[in-house]
Amino acid sequence: MKICAVVPAYNEARTIRQVVEALKDKVAEVIVIDDGSADQTAELAKAAGAKVVRHSINRGQGAALQTGIDFALSRGAEIIVTFDADGQFVAEEINRLALPILRGEAQAVLGSRFLKKDNLTPWAKKIILKIATFITRLYTGLNVSDTHNGFRAFDRTAAETIKIRQAGMAHGSEILEQIKKHKLKFVEAPVTVKYSDYSLQKGQKLSNSFRIIFDLFLSRLSR
Amino acid sequence: MFIKILILAFIVFALWRTFLKYKNSDITGREMSIWAVFWLLVGTAALAPKKTDIVAQWLGVERGADLLVYLSIMALFFLVFKIIVKLEKMDRDITKVVRKNALDEAQKD
Repeated sequence: MKICAVVPAYNEARTIRQVVEALKDKVAEVIVIDDGSADQTAELAKAAGAKVVRHSINRGQGAALQTGIDFALSRGAEIIVTFDADGQFVAEEINRLALPILRGEAQAVLGSRFLKKDNLTPWAKKIILKIATFITRLYTGLNVSDTHNGFRAFDRTAAETIKIRQAGMAHGSEILEQIKKHKLKFVEAPVTVKYSDYSLQKGQKLSNSFRIIFDLFLSRLSR
Repeated sequence: MFIKILILAFIVFALWRTFLKYKNSDITGREMSIWAVFWLLVGTAALAPKKTDIVAQWLGVERGADLLVYLSIMALFFLVFKIIVKLEKMDRDITKVVRKNALDEAQKD
């Protein structure tokens, strides 16, 4: 089965090379979506061996993911794995996410840092994520342990069915909402999240949670 | 008294701009009529505030000026809502264009 990794990246020149190199041997193709970066993200990704799709202006992680998924589908991907560009995920764990799909047990596999016993999530981050998970549970009715984890795998049908309309960070909740709506079979898989000063600085902050809730509310209004 | 002159001057200005927009076909005849009626009503209210009390009391509001404020706030909220919805749609359309360009470019090489 052709597995493609989709990596949305915005100003990730510091980490993108290592991320692409780590992924390269694990999947058939690494697709980096440069979301209008001002730095060398695209060039470095290309040099490391990724296929690069460039947004001419920044549109947000959700928009970049959808572009990457569209591109992967057009290249005949059968399993699409989404992966963060800040280097906090472990490329070896792709197998763990792809396995339920290969076995025909699920169409979507969602990475969860909280299913791992030895997760080292800082407490402030944990609180934010727990609140986000709770709100998402209210919003989507899906019982998952880690809603805003960018490490996911989809089979072709799921990737074709899910249409991400939330350009910003609210896409995490939106993906779950669509999994529920289209009755896609899903499981959670434990994944490692490595925290560094860099990834924490780039990651979700409390103020972003309010932004996500606002975005979700707006999308309900304007649908 | 001064405020009345100010309001009337602004109404004349607004009507003039509306007419110009219509002449340049930026807005339709229907839109121009709606704006003209609106500004003429504001003018009436400014010139004869007591007259608006009749309409207001008819609707259960004591003073015409209050009624005008209520209606304005309602109109503003509606307008903001419309603008937010429109902005969201424009945002999505921009994403679609950027995505299409990105995919076309990537297919080329």
